[in-house]
Amino acid sequence: MLKISGLKAVVEGMEILKGIDLEVKPGEVHGIMGPNGSGKSTLARVLSGDPTYAVTGGEVDYCGQDLLAMAPDERARTGLFLAFQYPVEVPGVTIGNFLRTAFNSRREEELSAMEFYGLLLNKVRELGLADQWVNRYLNEGFSGGEKKRNEILQMMVLEPQLCILDETDSGLDVDALKIVSEGVNKMRSPERSIIIVTHYERLLEYIVPDKCHIMLEGRIVLSEDGIDLARRIDEQGYEHVKQQYAAQTQA
Amino acid sequence: MPIDETTEAGQTVAQPEIGAYAAGWHDADTKYSFRAEPGLSENVIRQISEIKGEPQWMLDFRLRSYEHFLKRPLPRWGGNLGELDFDSIYYYLKPEAENARSWDDVPEAIKDTFEKLGIPEAERTVLAGVGAQYDSETVYHNLQQEWRDKGVVFLDMDGGLREHEDIVKEHFGTVIAPEDNKFSALNSAVWSGGSFVYVPKGVQLEIPLQAYFRINADRAGQFERTLIIVEEGAFVHYIEGCTAPTYASEALHSAVVEIIAKPGARVRYSTVQNWSANVYNLVTKRAVAMEHATVEWLDGNIGSKLTMKYPAVVLAGEGARGEVLSVAYAKDGQHQDTGAKMIHVAPGTSSRIISKSISKGLGRSSYRGLVRVHSGARGAKSNVECDALLLDENSRTDTYPYIEIDEDSASVGHEARVSRVSEQQVFYLMQRGIPEPEAMALVVSGFIEPITKELPLEYAVELNRLIELEMEGSVG
Repeated sequence: MLKISGLKAVVEGMEILKGIDLEVKPGEVHGIMGPNGSGKSTLARVLSGDPTYAVTGGEVDYCGQDLLAMAPDERARTGLFLAFQYPVEVPGVTIGNFLRTAFNSRREEELSAMEFYGLLLNKVRELGLADQWVNRYLNEGFSGGEKKRNEILQMMVLEPQLCILDETDSGLDVDALKIVSEGVNKMRSPERSIIIVTHYERLLEYIVPDKCHIMLEGRIVLSEDGIDLARRIDEQGYEHVKQQYAAQTQA
Repeated sequence: MPIDETTEAGQTVAQPEIGAYAAGWHDADTKYSFRAEPGLSENVIRQISEIKGEPQWMLDFRLRSYEHFLKRPLPRWGGNLGELDFDSIYYYLKPEAENARSWDDVPEAIKDTFEKLGIPEAERTVLAGVGAQYDSETVYHNLQQEWRDKGVVFLDMDGGLREHEDIVKEHFGTVIAPEDNKFSALNSAVWSGGSFVYVPKGVQLEIPLQAYFRINADRAGQFERTLIIVEEGAFVHYIEGCTAPTYASEALHSAVVEIIAKPGARVRYSTVQNWSANVYNLVTKRAVAMEHATVEWLDGNIGSKLTMKYPAVVLAGEGARGEVLSVAYAKDGQHQDTGAKMIHVAPGTSSRIISKSISKGLGRSSYRGLVRVHSGARGAKSNVECDALLLDENSRTDTYPYIEIDEDSASVGHEARVSRVSEQQVFYLMQRGIPEPEAMALVVSGFIEPITKELPLEYAVELNRLIELEMEGSVG
């Protein structure tokens, strides 16, 4: 599904990604952890085509296509979805209208408003939200938790192939975290891959990954199958990995 | 049906050529039963009045206005009027009645635009000047009957003068005197067409009065004159114009709209106009609101070379309320100088102005507004919000808020904001699969949502579609 090789990216002249290698197969869930400033959110944003970042090297193959050559909206239409860490507010645009536009942008034939709202309201209720949610302006005046839920709602409606969740757990209380995780777990399928970028291990207890990676200073420095790596980080912090990495690079 | 005038303010299709007919695209064969000389003279005014068979007092009013027009200098503020040539304009054209035309004769480009805008068939035929084909005639007749039963008068201004001379004589020019400004003087001298609306005491009109129904029967001119009188406790929503591109046959559109809201009455006047890029759109709109009356102007301005328009409410009676909600969209070569005026004369009056402007490319939009609170207007309240959205680096916006307060107990608030469509907003929408132009249009539609949500649904949809098309640069 996704093969990243030697990916480098800069923002404002600073190199944040210093050569990322990662392969995600269909149906897999990957957890990417790392301390603040390790570049994990940058990776998520670069994959989605955020114009803030400039790619300076490497390649990304997405289902046989050159991902980096595609505009952000093309990437989205081929099935790449980023659940943003900080979703922006778009005043005056209702969630319903926005999602319908997004939904129809990837279809040959538009779904009628009636049909679309039926589909949308099902997902809204699944996430424990009130029907009026769809009439709210996109992220405007939302609490942190509401924004995160709204990201997951979009993901559930748009049904992407590759989901990238950027710190989706921050700002969510335990109950909301459970609901959101259930939503994501329901989307797990042999055809769909999920990358979960997170600072804490907690989310990975709810959405158990097939693989975990640790990022440090713009590189993936440690990868393991299963959730054990994430649990070790939760117990011991990143300090141990940092020292190991420092020793490795010196050696 | 008879077509009296050459152009329809807010509705016509235009050509720079003289002799372009009402429908707006050029037709060299069109014959005019009367065509005044180009330029303005006392003789031209006398001819207009004579053809219309007007009473002496109206002729006198026109001549007095003309005299003032000659004396009055061009305004030195607002937009650039330097290139406006009054002598090259035809002030009155009366085509021969009933040109047989059909929808098939309408040029493809115009049909396409209507198609893109999703304008209802009925409205399209009117806009294209092929009213004869208009099959909503029955709808119109039913409405007419309902209005008649309630005592509502909804005619074109010429017909209003013929059939209700007393009411017209009592109110005409009382809200906006010819001496108000150079363009009100011009309109007063040469006016033709427009609407005359009279709503009797206590009558609540649920269905908006839509000018295009009336226009179907009698086409108005580019110097149209509208007078709306709403008696005590009555309510009317009047809708003028529509969002189809309006091509004027002359480069000057100068209308006057007067509204009188008697005690406890409520009037809403909505207009969305989209002028072709050669037009100077210089309009004076003013309402008087008596005790506890409410007047709301909803005003959308798209296109034109220069628009200068500042709907006003004189809050003359205690507890009167005024509101102006306006949207302006300026692109390359266009200047929208728009805003509002609220004149608080009586105690306990309140007003609100929300002005939203969008500037694209080299477009320029200015907010120019006045809030005046006269001494004695105790406890008057006014709130002004103007938001400008710039789509490009070179786009320009200015704000000229004038606030004059002679009353200590008044409270007046003013907020102005300038913003740009943020890269992150557009990126966010694109990340969901929405192409860039649509993403931009979505942000813009959200920006004007506080205004569009006040419009009847079909107009709101049209306005949004139109702006989307404008942003793609594909409206011809």
